Amino acid sequence: MWTNLATLVRYRGLIRSLVARELTARYRGSVLGFFWSFVNPLMLLSIYSFVFTQILQNKDDIQPYALFMFCGLLPWTWFSSSLNEAAGSLISGSNLIRKVLFPAEVLPIVSVLANMVHFFLGLLILAAFFVGLKYTPDWGDLIWFPLVVVIQLILTTGLALALAALTVHFRDIRDLLSNLLTFWFFATPIIYYYDGSAVQKWKWLFNLNPFFHLSVSYQEILFFHPESAVERTAKGLPPVPAILSIPSPFIEGHLYWLLVLGAIAVCVFLAGYWLFDRLRDSFAEVV
Amino acid sequence: MTSAIELVDVTKVYRRYGGRQFATLKSALLQRSILRDLRPEETFQALNNVSFTVPRGQTLGVIGRNGSGKSTALKLVAGITKPTSGTVTVQGRISALIELGAGFHPEISGRENVFINGIMLGLSRRDVQERFDEIVEFAELREFIDAPVKTYSSGMYMRLGFAVAIHVDPDVLLVDEVLAVGDEAFTHKCLDKFAEFKRRNKTILLVTHSLGLVERFCDEALWLDKGEKRGQGDPTRMIGAYMTDVERQEEQLLVETDARAKLVATDASSIERTGPVDAGTVAADMTQATEGRWGSGGVEITGVALSGADGQATHIFHTGEQVTVRLSITAAHPVNDFVFGVGIFNAEGVFVYGTNTEIEEHEPDELHGAGEVRIVFDALNLVEGTYKLDVAVHRRDGAAYDYHRLLYTFRMKSRIKDVGIYRPAHRWDFSPAIRFRLKP
Repeated sequence: MWTNLATLVRYRGLIRSLVARELTARYRGSVLGFFWSFVNPLMLLSIYSFVFTQILQNKDDIQPYALFMFCGLLPWTWFSSSLNEAAGSLISGSNLIRKVLFPAEVLPIVSVLANMVHFFLGLLILAAFFVGLKYTPDWGDLIWFPLVVVIQLILTTGLALALAALTVHFRDIRDLLSNLLTFWFFATPIIYYYDGSAVQKWKWLFNLNPFFHLSVSYQEILFFHPESAVERTAKGLPPVPAILSIPSPFIEGHLYWLLVLGAIAVCVFLAGYWLFDRLRDSFAEVV
Repeated sequence: MTSAIELVDVTKVYRRYGGRQFATLKSALLQRSILRDLRPEETFQALNNVSFTVPRGQTLGVIGRNGSGKSTALKLVAGITKPTSGTVTVQGRISALIELGAGFHPEISGRENVFINGIMLGLSRRDVQERFDEIVEFAELREFIDAPVKTYSSGMYMRLGFAVAIHVDPDVLLVDEVLAVGDEAFTHKCLDKFAEFKRRNKTILLVTHSLGLVERFCDEALWLDKGEKRGQGDPTRMIGAYMTDVERQEEQLLVETDARAKLVATDASSIERTGPVDAGTVAADMTQATEGRWGSGGVEITGVALSGADGQATHIFHTGEQVTVRLSITAAHPVNDFVFGVGIFNAEGVFVYGTNTEIEEHEPDELHGAGEVRIVFDALNLVEGTYKLDVAVHRRDGAAYDYHRLLYTFRMKSRIKDVGIYRPAHRWDFSPAIRFRLKP
């Protein structure tokens, strides 16, 4: 396992080319090709904005709601498309696995990375929203952004490897997965506010959801402004705990959860890779 | 001489996962069989304790019937699959021409695909850059290189795949029956490229059904049969041994088909009892070759046997050998109007040759009881192929006593792959200015 993991570094050139291929194939044709791939999240965005601002007023009165939702929706799209594509990656790449000497883990990893690039491009659209709505994020918070992305990357890759390997043996995982992801989407505070009173009641349950901590981080970093010390004292809250004296943009206690999630993500990655490695020899015969 | 490829006691067991097409997680959960489903139930031994070595710079041809483990051996050498037991050692960079253009993405251009395919086969981006022109030149795709690969014809696709794979500049080249692609000219180019590899002291492992290619091209041949190594050595000798074995098995098969035909022939109920048939109908029948047996039954052909010069019954002959067709005859009542005939058809249904005793002016006198008719072809000069026989006994006006239509099959083999139907005795003469080299 460790040697295989080490040789993976040797294939970074291949991974880079395949990611580039994936993206050029997706955006092929026109500038519109790039925007087309955002049609789905933008449609979701517009219908949820309509429902939650016009029909069901959001209780926590988040303004502007569309922007708030977009901050959570983009990373979710990265996460869910990665898993969906990774689950089928070995099956659709079967001629590579059977006919070419080829490290199979490259395929699910490429799915995750291609969607990550897609996510970064989505951030440009998000930036356009910020400008268009004249909303300024807290620039200092953005230092934390890479950490959250890295944690999500590790977690997603681990899950993608495990799913890809299992789907080879159990073909219905792909169908189950899309249902599970819909369930997961609503179980995560993306279209609703995580600090609302209803969510607080079920806090322990939400804490078990790994993507909860990711979406909260994104929303905290991109959307919300940290409460100044003055505001906190006004609300009767204790001062922000300083870790290595870097001010954290997150709400009370969230940073610890994020760091725990980081550790869990590494474990998930190792477990996923281990499973993949165990089943590796069967791929060429079963796909 | 160091060995480039070395297999020691390699066994490869393929697993059949419970004989199911695809498992579903649902069924696995319902039957609580997740762990069992991930474990193989049935196994299939593709290679059994096979050892062989290929010294550096040598070309080894792997021959054998379908399912003999040739491709498995190649995949093991390529490292695509791992041996169940035993060791595979390969020195140097491998390039496997197993499936050309595997991994081409249809939506992107030939140019981008060349880069990705090259990198997949172990080149760096710069390596591909350096070889790019050569690759495109070799594939003869200069005008189309920027078009998406989905617009390519299958020949173009294969040519590009081949060009990339061959320009990886491997130390060990694995080739699996890929020369079937492309036109004559491209095949020649590929063979030239292989020859160049040989000159540059590269090792080639060639899996093919083209025995001529193995004979011309390989230093040694390896014969695999049902996953076992049957022999390794001089290509001509190995191919000879392999061909003999194939003939033996074909003989077996023909004996079985013949046994079935005889079963039909001796089953009296299958004979269509017909009245006198006029010659015109018979002639029309000749062109409609469907197997069967008919006739009035006054005289019966109870057995048909083919034998060679040594008198041994067989179904496999070589062009130019003596062939004898024996008919066992029984007449229920004495008759004085009878003609024996035989017809040979090739696999396409072409009526190759036909004759009978009437045409050859044998006046029938009397036939009673049991007897045997032998037609001896001293030298049957048919080209290689499968042939079927008609045998019959009928009246002079054509009405059949017993007509066996295409019930007997024999196979003609030939070392010379000439074409057509019949090989007239011939020789070539050349004036002194025209010289040929002996084939190596």
